Amino acid sequence: MKQAIATAKTVWECVRTASGDNAYERYLTHHAQAHRGTVPLTRREFYAQMTEQKWSGVSRCC
Amino acid sequence: MGRKIFGVVLAVIAAFAVGGIALQREEPINALWIVTAAVCIYLLGYRFYAAWITAKVLSVDVTRAAPAERLNNGRDFVPTHRWVVFGHHFAAIAGPGPLVGPTLAAQFGYLPGTLWILVGSVLGGCVQDMIILFLSMRRDGRSLGQMARDELGPIGGVAALIGTLMIMVILIAVLGLVVVNAMKHSPWATSTVAATIPIAIFIGFYLRRIRPGRVLEGTVIGVVLLVLSVWGGGLVAQSESLRGWFDHPGAPLALGVIVYGWCAAILPVWMLLAPRDYLSTFLKLGVVAMLAIAIVIMHPVLKMPAITQFADGTGPLFSGKIFPFVFITIACGAISGFHALVSSGTTPKLITNEPDVRLVGYGSMALESFVGIMAMIAATLLDPGVYFAINTGAGVVGAAAADAVQTISGWGFPVTVQQMQDLAKEMGESTLFARTGGAPSLAVGMASIFGTSFGRSLMSVWYHFAIMFEAVFILTTVDAGTRVGRFMVQDLMGQVWQPMLRTSWYPSILISSTIIVAGWGYFLYIGVIDPNGGINILWPLFGISNQMLACIALSVATGVLIKKGNLKHALVAFAPLAWLSFVTTVAAVQKIFSADPKLGFFAAANDLAAKLAAGSLPADRAAVAPQLIFNQHLDGWLTVFFTIVLWVVIGDMVRVAYRSIRGLPVPQGSEAAYIRSQLNAATGTVDGVGTPSEARA
Repeated sequence: MKQAIATAKTVWECVRTASGDNAYERYLTHHAQAHRGTVPLTRREFYAQMTEQKWSGVSRCC
Repeated sequence: MGRKIFGVVLAVIAAFAVGGIALQREEPINALWIVTAAVCIYLLGYRFYAAWITAKVLSVDVTRAAPAERLNNGRDFVPTHRWVVFGHHFAAIAGPGPLVGPTLAAQFGYLPGTLWILVGSVLGGCVQDMIILFLSMRRDGRSLGQMARDELGPIGGVAALIGTLMIMVILIAVLGLVVVNAMKHSPWATSTVAATIPIAIFIGFYLRRIRPGRVLEGTVIGVVLLVLSVWGGGLVAQSESLRGWFDHPGAPLALGVIVYGWCAAILPVWMLLAPRDYLSTFLKLGVVAMLAIAIVIMHPVLKMPAITQFADGTGPLFSGKIFPFVFITIACGAISGFHALVSSGTTPKLITNEPDVRLVGYGSMALESFVGIMAMIAATLLDPGVYFAINTGAGVVGAAAADAVQTISGWGFPVTVQQMQDLAKEMGESTLFARTGGAPSLAVGMASIFGTSFGRSLMSVWYHFAIMFEAVFILTTVDAGTRVGRFMVQDLMGQVWQPMLRTSWYPSILISSTIIVAGWGYFLYIGVIDPNGGINILWPLFGISNQMLACIALSVATGVLIKKGNLKHALVAFAPLAWLSFVTTVAAVQKIFSADPKLGFFAAANDLAAKLAAGSLPADRAAVAPQLIFNQHLDGWLTVFFTIVLWVVIGDMVRVAYRSIRGLPVPQGSEAAYIRSQLNAATGTVDGVGTPSEARA
């Protein structure tokens, strides 16, 4: 049972990562490690930048 | 190694034997056999061929730091779990192409298309996607165009850029046509598709303002609204006062799609494109999974013959013999040049570990190809008479239902007016005759699969759900493609006039968007007024341009592999390149030079011009004839242009290969230097693949 819950949690995290749902949390983790001392973007700013970046290249196909 | 090869040969023979036996006894074949054979072949290809390529040909190196690790910025370069990258990449490459292509190719019977989907993907498409992904990953995520320039020279680079722009225009036009044909005189489909626009905008505001970045929440709300819109569409279709608002012929609908595309290109992405994409990805993955399950539950018998008489080139959906046109028509389900653009875009920046390219590159394409197999099953489980009645344009079989069923029954595929009326009623449509483009027949097929597996009472809802699914899918591609096209036009015009390079400067956005939308809008409009349905012209043109792009990608791959020094290894890219360039060129030559007005562009133009001059055309067709004549000429010259671009790139590759073999100087390429990975080497997360690098520091 514990195993099943752990697996479900992993899958849920995978789904969140794949969809971009936890992108901001991951950014904060990265920011805390790599750019200590600077102010991170807010959630709203981060989402705006991500969206703009994602759609500035070929990201969808036929 | 010998045992592995033996295993492969044995398994492939076994898989094909199953199909072969059913075929030779003239027995109808159950779809489950095809599904089984397909899954086996993908697994074999993945387990043996792809593993061999990654280990020996590409020499993936688990100790080498991927750009995601070296350039990690927490945004686009992020080391990501391979199954997540797989999901990302599959969502990016999977589009409406593998749904439409096999549906059209089913006019040759189920066998030719199925074989090419399997063989073409395992030996061609999957290999192309994986190698380009690998090359781009080794080059810090460089695009296909940049790699063509770095590895072959400026000619290859320019050709890749122009090829991409042209294919984008043709692709959007043909997809737009598919949607328009699905909505034509269908208040239910039109109102449902129209409702997806405000839903997407609402989700856009939700994700931007109300709950920024809560993607899953927004998606779930949006999908619930989309399903409600399918139900609401049914109410609209029944309401006497509302249905008139959504009951339109092709031309105004085409205009609607064109205006929509223009708005989508100039609006900020967060408002329409990004939310629509979340919804479409969710639907796409859900429907693909549901379809696979439902096919297994239903295990339908395929009613279409293995091979029909239309192999001789007289097919009603599109003209041309089985060779080369089955290869052109299947398109994305077997190999798609467009994938090379995605494989050299966002995906390589996410890969944590070099061996992951096998799962992400090869695996995603295998799954995409499986979507093509499912579309083929959905098309061929219909009564062939029904399939042809839905997919054949009025220009071919006549506008009156009685004429159409008589012609189609005369081909040996019996169908009655009553049968078509009952089917249309069951699907909640006024008619299903001459609904060309593939979407309606696919939706009927999907509705029968879902209906049989999950409840038959809701057939009309399933049908319109399938239409909505295809439309959401397609409109995402229209939006995204128009936007990419816009950037390219801005880039090209920026070479002449600097201010155009400012991608967010409004005049530049307006000018470039108008140019790109006018480009595809023109082809879409002509397709809509074409009495033969337009698809028969546009789809082959799309197939040819997409394969041309694949040839460019494979040329880059071949060039790089030859420069690595092992000619035998270069065959993995050269063999599909040789076959594809041969097939594409034969098809292009036929489209250019054939004297048959059904096949050749110029022949069709001359034929129509002669009829117009002789006054033998009915008034309505005479009115549009000059436009159609001009368009046939344009299509002919485009094909000439595609063929020239194709052979220029191949020539450039051969030049580089020759110089490399003779030891003459060649472009050095842009592979990043070896840096030892801290992520993978430390943990030692390897699954048997991956060789240590020669250049260990």
